[in-house]
Amino acid sequence: MLARRGAGFAVLPLVVLALWQAVVWATGVPPFILPGPGRVGAALLAHAPMLAEHAGFTLANLAMGLAVGVALGVVTALNLALSPVARRLMRPLLVVAQAVPVFALAPVVTLWLGYGAPSKVVMVALVVYFPVTSVLFDALMRPPPALEDLARMMRARPLPELMLIRLPHALPALGSGLRLAAVQAPFAVIIGEWVGSSRGLGHLMLMANGRGQTDLMFAALMVLAAMGVALFAGAGLVQRALEQGRP
Amino acid sequence: MNGAVGVRGDLWLNAAVLARGLEIAAVAGGWTCLMGASGVGKSTLGRMVAGLPVAARLEGVLRVPEGRVALMGQSDQLLPWASALANVTLGARLRGARPDVARARALLADLGLAGMEDRRPAALSGGQRQRVALARTLIEDCPVVVLDEPFSALDAATRAAMQDLAARALAGRTVILITHDPLEAARLGDRAYLIGAAGSRALPLPPGPVPRPLDAPEVLAAQAALFAALSGTGAP
Repeated sequence: MLARRGAGFAVLPLVVLALWQAVVWATGVPPFILPGPGRVGAALLAHAPMLAEHAGFTLANLAMGLAVGVALGVVTALNLALSPVARRLMRPLLVVAQAVPVFALAPVVTLWLGYGAPSKVVMVALVVYFPVTSVLFDALMRPPPALEDLARMMRARPLPELMLIRLPHALPALGSGLRLAAVQAPFAVIIGEWVGSSRGLGHLMLMANGRGQTDLMFAALMVLAAMGVALFAGAGLVQRALEQGRP
Repeated sequence: MNGAVGVRGDLWLNAAVLARGLEIAAVAGGWTCLMGASGVGKSTLGRMVAGLPVAARLEGVLRVPEGRVALMGQSDQLLPWASALANVTLGARLRGARPDVARARALLADLGLAGMEDRRPAALSGGQRQRVALARTLIEDCPVVVLDEPFSALDAATRAAMQDLAARALAGRTVILITHDPLEAARLGDRAYLIGAAGSRALPLPPGPVPRPLDAPEVLAAQAALFAALSGTGAP
């Protein structure tokens, strides 16, 4: 099963590349509209150091934003599960925050935090924070009834009950939340860069587009896609670890 | 250590009466069996004694002595992600106390689980899981223990072994055993009640200390009598 999935991952890009080249040949579309895979590959190689530098900036902000968003989300969910007062105060806020498209905040975040790394980190953290918080919180509030009975009979105190029963039971849900976050995070970092940045892959794509360097734009897109896939795969690994390695 | 557990009154679910005129007095320091058709409220009574939330309400008197009550159900309620040892020490850790690991190990060994302390429930058989649950119940030192069909999912041989084990381990405590199995009641009961919509009535049991031997003639005779009594309540 794993081997077959691995083979699928290896074959699929080749098929896409072949189709891509076929479209370019068949339609005779000019390279500044759609460069062929060969040209994009050449651009990847020619601009490798520059791409690496911009990718590094983007990746660092992505990782930092994920770490901050997940950490804050977990802490928030645990506190909400523990404190009825916090629940009453925070629940409406969580609902409203989920209804507001966080991406729409990008101009404001950039206005306040500038063109550097902090605005991107905050964008990613914002996008990650709400799904992680709500998914984990929901799971924390729904332990299996049999275990709830057990905790009641044993006169469990709230904090140990949270850490010994509710949290381990909720870890798979947290894993799902992380996968969700891994899908959303690259959007957030790129939108942050589009709204205002002097570095990063998003910035590079805008620059390349403006200069008619479509092959470089596609090369940046490729790097970004690879990053997204790696992130998603990494989140999948973390999810599995959370399901199996419970305390 | 021994407590007097008693139930008197009517058991209601919303506007419908489940069982009327209950008169149950558990044997202090002994085994009291509750039998009867499904849906008559036996498990509800067990949960009430254990202080757990129930949908039904009792119009009458529920007497439970001071102290905690342990309930052990048909499902073992073990934490699937925790080792046998961690499951046994769960109660103390949930109360923020230091668990008595040495005693937990001794209990597991006493119940025939030496060497399996680090296994998770998935790596244990049904009978072994129930023994872990029994060890977890024993370490709590509750004077009153409610057993709600704890052995009904086990095969016959394992069930008989578990009955012996439980009778030995729980000696001296007030045990309320909810069971559908006439043989189980005949072996373990100091007193048995048949619960029906019309009330509770005491059922005849063989004399002698529990656990009574599986193959003693009086036990088998009592099993037959209990079976007849149970079948009688099955008819409308």
